[in-house]
Amino acid sequence: MSTPAVIEAGSTGGRRSRARRASEGTPAVVRPGRLSIGIVTLWLSLIVLLPLAAVVAKSLDDGVGAFWTAVSGRQAVAALRFTLIVSLIVTAINALAGTLIAWVLVRDEFRGKRAINALIDLPFALPTIVAGITLLALYGNSSPLGIDVAYTQVAVAFALLFVTLPFVVRSVQPVLLELDREMEEAATSLGASGWTTFRRIVLPNLVPAILGGCALAFARAVGEFGSVVLISGNIPFQTQVASVFVYKQLEGDAPVSAAAVSVVLLLLSLAVLLGIRGLARLGARHER
Amino acid sequence: MSAERTTRYGLRTLALAYLGALLFVPVGLVLYRTFQPGIVEVWASITTPAAVHAFQLTMMVTLIAVPLNTVLGILAALVIVRGRFRGKAFLDMLIDLPFAISPIVVGLSLIFVYGRTGWFGSALANAGIQIIFSWPGIVLATIFVTLPFVVREVAPVLREVGTEQEQAAATLGASSWQTFRRVTLPAIRWGVAYGVVLSTARAIGEFGAVSVVSGHIAGQTETLTLLVEQRFQNFNIAGAYAASALLAVIALGTLLAMTLIKPRKEHA
Amino acid sequence: MISVTGVSKRFGDFQALDDVSLEVPEGSLTALLGPSGSGKSTLLRIVAGLEAPDAGDVVIDGRNQTGVPAQRREIGFVFQHYAAFKHMSVRENVAFGLKIRKRPKAEIAARVDELLGIVGLSGYQDRYPSQLSGGQRQRMALARALAVEPRVLLLDEPFGALDANVRADLRRWLRRLHEEVPVTTVIVTHDQEEAMEITDRIAVMHDGRIAQVGPPRELYEQPADDFVMSFLGPVSRLGEQLVRPHDLRITADARDGALEAMVTRVVHLGFEVRVELVLGDGASLAVQVTRGEAEALELRSGDIVWVASDRPAGEAFTALRSGGAPDAPLSV
Repeated sequence: MSTPAVIEAGSTGGRRSRARRASEGTPAVVRPGRLSIGIVTLWLSLIVLLPLAAVVAKSLDDGVGAFWTAVSGRQAVAALRFTLIVSLIVTAINALAGTLIAWVLVRDEFRGKRAINALIDLPFALPTIVAGITLLALYGNSSPLGIDVAYTQVAVAFALLFVTLPFVVRSVQPVLLELDREMEEAATSLGASGWTTFRRIVLPNLVPAILGGCALAFARAVGEFGSVVLISGNIPFQTQVASVFVYKQLEGDAPVSAAAVSVVLLLLSLAVLLGIRGLARLGARHER
Repeated sequence: MSAERTTRYGLRTLALAYLGALLFVPVGLVLYRTFQPGIVEVWASITTPAAVHAFQLTMMVTLIAVPLNTVLGILAALVIVRGRFRGKAFLDMLIDLPFAISPIVVGLSLIFVYGRTGWFGSALANAGIQIIFSWPGIVLATIFVTLPFVVREVAPVLREVGTEQEQAAATLGASSWQTFRRVTLPAIRWGVAYGVVLSTARAIGEFGAVSVVSGHIAGQTETLTLLVEQRFQNFNIAGAYAASALLAVIALGTLLAMTLIKPRKEHA
Repeated sequence: MISVTGVSKRFGDFQALDDVSLEVPEGSLTALLGPSGSGKSTLLRIVAGLEAPDAGDVVIDGRNQTGVPAQRREIGFVFQHYAAFKHMSVRENVAFGLKIRKRPKAEIAARVDELLGIVGLSGYQDRYPSQLSGGQRQRMALARALAVEPRVLLLDEPFGALDANVRADLRRWLRRLHEEVPVTTVIVTHDQEEAMEITDRIAVMHDGRIAQVGPPRELYEQPADDFVMSFLGPVSRLGEQLVRPHDLRITADARDGALEAMVTRVVHLGFEVRVELVLGDGASLAVQVTRGEAEALELRSGDIVWVASDRPAGEAFTALRSGGAPDAPLSV
């Protein structure tokens, strides 16, 4: 446990600034020059920035009024609202289930644990369209269990739970692994019960990781398309999520409307990214 | 002691039940249903001309997008970790964006740039280049969605290894390029490998962004994931399952590669 | 008072403790001293209830603790790496045990202030552990353990993670604290100097057993075996004997019972001088003399001298009784 701590210390600001001073005037270190910075900037601009700018521009093609009309249309609002609500619910479930799974994978010992640990990433590796078909097999009209939730809001939640499963697990797991067990023993020696120790000692130390995982899961859920498209039935005002709405608008030759709702999704993504950065700082607050 | 054990078994059961219901049973069921008719049928289904073409297109797209993102990803990681310039935080943020953006928005954005009525639409049309509803569009979409993986795997490794070894190499007379090739690159190689595995999986499995820009032309712009959807929509369930099973096997291979690389990456 | 009887503990193939019995008198400050892997930390953790023994009993103040969880043993435990609650301020850390016991707020506040005064951390109430030095964190951890008025205080290598000079300060401070707050205390350490400096009694542990228990001086002067002798201080081997380097005497001329040796190195360590010798049979040993003695003998490397034990044969511990060589390094 002590080695990672040492390595980590190396990546803190203090050390880095010292390294910076030491390497001042030492061309010895592989350091990106103007050319590299230029190439990377150009690459990112071309691949990411330019297309996104085009979306924003397109959304304002017919003026701010048209933008507003597009995003405040009844179907658009319904899709955005449903997307937000189902994403929040899914994120909350992930916070609980992800922490639970991380706990079991770190603190419990049983046969097959390693295999299960590896399979946690399956939703990342499996194409989303396959995820949708997979869930339909068990929870669609040919369900061997007789549970048919296809084309319902519950089905959308299932699909989002599937694709977001790894986020909280994978962000909590390393923190739990590195968590100082002596802290818990100290609490125990001071008279705290198992539950009190978890609530007062373990949980507060996991919160930044849980929130970080939740933010990623939320961002993913809000924009998800592939896993939802088959299982949701895309019923407007019921099971239609924002990304499907955008897709339908584009198919229906309403690009400005598609762009406008996309901008709302973009802003959400940006907010989540900024939130994650804030959380990272919060998480580092009490570290040495 | 026994209360503690009850809690432990209870939590374990709960976690495994959740994973079973959401992940293991559905995936197992699809694999079971796929292979129930027999391996011959599955083989026939994934070797139809359309399926073979979809497979080839997917591989071609992956083989263009992943190497590009690997080379530029390593460079971007160096720029983010070692560079000192204004606007670095902005670049850093830009790299994360594809993770947070809906794949549909990605596809849409490409249409607005390269589509018929897009920014470069008429220029491209005059030059006789078609990007949207053609394979270059699929490649661009794939590059967009897989862009962060290599950078995000390599940057922390670069930060951890620090610069001491590079300085040591320099004192021993190595040039910048020699230092990079013999010291830096070996130090980050498992991080790069992990990023490549993740990029490859995502490139093969991308659906939403590709779906928007592909135009779904069977035998031309249909990737494996689009084939799955098209077969499913046409009520060719067995065919959709067979193609899904192929993708699931690729996904399992990805997990295996991740499991093998991860410990090496962490003890770099 | 703590009494441990017949405690054994096995981790897989490793026998950490083998039928250990030990009495810790009321109000004493006792050290469990031994090399790593000797079982000292395991024994301490079993006393605390953080580890369950495979066999044997732990009795604290006449109450058998077998099966009693750590939460209800009324012990204070201090860890090597402080185990500070990172997300709580110093005040919250120290108050933790009292809050668990649901003491009134005013009482908690008063007790926390009092303890922070005792450990010299007044004014640090609102800091977080990350804002404290290692020594301060450990003093906070001690205050936290003492806050609940434990029947026994157990310290597991409490100064092991600290710098040498902070360590020395904290040792003296702990000794004084023990005089102020005379709670029965057991401290685990692998540092014989630490054990000798601050404790009343030392239990030397070796391979999961207790090799010897007694006051520091007794252990130093009359070690029960090779291991205790070599662990409690530097030793030199002279023929069949293990002796302390300062119990050896060098003379320029032959005398009864003395062995011929050649000086290989003379190391001046202030008042003391360490003389390194090689015997006729090729074995090397070190002798500690005063500067005056060294000057009188005019020792230079290459000189041939005679060396013999200064202590009467009966008093000196006869080595090789157990037949094997001691595990601890025979360095000076």
